[in-house]
Amino acid sequence: MSTPATVRVWESHLALYKRIWRSQLPSSFLQPLAFMLAMGAGVGSLINANESSEAVLGDLPYVAFLAPGLLATTAMLIGSSEASWPVMDGFKWNRGYESQAATPLGIGDVLGGQVLWWATRLLLSSIAVATVLALMSETRSIGLVVGVPAAVLTGLSFALPIAAWAATRESDISFPAIQRFIVTPLFLFGGAFYPIEQLPAGLRPIAYVTPLWHGVELCRGASLHTLGGVEAAVHFGVLGAYIALGWAAAYAAFGRKLHT
Amino acid sequence: MVERSVMVYRRTWLILVSGFFEPLFYLFSIRIGFGKLVGDVEFAGRTIPYAEFVAPALMAASAMNGAVYDSTMNVFFKLKQAKLYEAVLATPMGSADVALGEIGWAVLRGMLYSTAFLVCLVALGMAPSPLVVFTLPACVLIGFAFASVGMAATTFMRTWSDFEYVPTVTLPLFLFSATFYPVASYGGWGWLLQFSPLYHGVALVRGFSLGEPTWAMFLHVAVLVALAFAGLTVAARRIDALLLK
Repeated sequence: MSTPATVRVWESHLALYKRIWRSQLPSSFLQPLAFMLAMGAGVGSLINANESSEAVLGDLPYVAFLAPGLLATTAMLIGSSEASWPVMDGFKWNRGYESQAATPLGIGDVLGGQVLWWATRLLLSSIAVATVLALMSETRSIGLVVGVPAAVLTGLSFALPIAAWAATRESDISFPAIQRFIVTPLFLFGGAFYPIEQLPAGLRPIAYVTPLWHGVELCRGASLHTLGGVEAAVHFGVLGAYIALGWAAAYAAFGRKLHT
Repeated sequence: MVERSVMVYRRTWLILVSGFFEPLFYLFSIRIGFGKLVGDVEFAGRTIPYAEFVAPALMAASAMNGAVYDSTMNVFFKLKQAKLYEAVLATPMGSADVALGEIGWAVLRGMLYSTAFLVCLVALGMAPSPLVVFTLPACVLIGFAFASVGMAATTFMRTWSDFEYVPTVTLPLFLFSATFYPVASYGGWGWLLQFSPLYHGVALVRGFSLGEPTWAMFLHVAVLVALAFAGLTVAARRIDALLLK
């Protein structure tokens, strides 16, 4: 049996990545590490020294609270950036998708291979971040085994809807706006750095509907062993819904772009 | 050169405006989230709310980020893709004019952000001292220093993928320049901070914003001026070498 078409598309992404992986190290590995050191250890020492933080965190050292959240935010940052400019690149600048579609590959193969590649890329960086967490005694937890797939799904729940959007655009002018008005605010307000109960009541529901918060809750709950079965099912369900709807929209958008 | 940038940005003003929101989001996030977690911090012998401690550092950092972004990505595009400078050098303008013009624009743009940030600080009641007006020239100096260094670095870049390394430098500077926690937290490693140019900028802006001027500020200014001068010299020379072969 020959290699499935989707896997062959995936192989082409892998071949490219093998050449450029060094330049990707900072964003996928060193940046979360830097945030963990600066916020977890630095600001963490201020927080742990502060009496009133106990009301929020209990006995938990801050770095143990923050670190699993960074697993999810890293996946979001990678997923959302990989699905914006590179997708436009595939249609407009290097036209990789068009050349794939000119072969017997169908839309589903082109998109499926792309999604499979994103999942691989997210898996690699999530494992890297989880490995660092496992090295430190405050953040070491068996729950990271659940945190890694949760992070991959979080990344995909951003990548697919954004890819669907990117595929309908003619220029990249809206991408910085997505980064600045969706991704950065979620990074800061999505529950990674402090519990979203601290947010004003009006803003909390926004956090509840965004995929990042569900990813953060999954990673954190699993790491701290506070995750209930029903909660986990709801969080996974929301991420799955984003991915499924995003996939359907991306499929339609890719189809329109490649078959006209 | 500066006039040209003004004309270009008249059309894409949205990108210009949106750049201002990032530090603002950080500011709100810290006020809402970390305020309660961290409580108050010690600065120069008095106790201040954490947000007042971080705000001036964010102002300094956004001056750096704005300047670096403008003087790396944008300059590279004009240098390699648009071949703008070759066209400029065909006119009576020289390479020093190009370097100064581009840096001038970066500084001007940074000044817009800093002014907006300052207005927010005062409006939110987070800048207790009248000396806070001096944070503006301080940010201009930071912007000038980082724009020159950024421009000098850009002349050495070969492809777009080299830009992945820009955040590798600026993010640690942003995080580890006594931005989010005082020098004392670094323990015996505090002296290392002297090597971060942003640290000198942060110290300057924070001193003015909280109304604690010190003699050490002259040193901070000197470091930033030296950096700006070094960057400018290298940038002008490299532009000569790249374009006037």
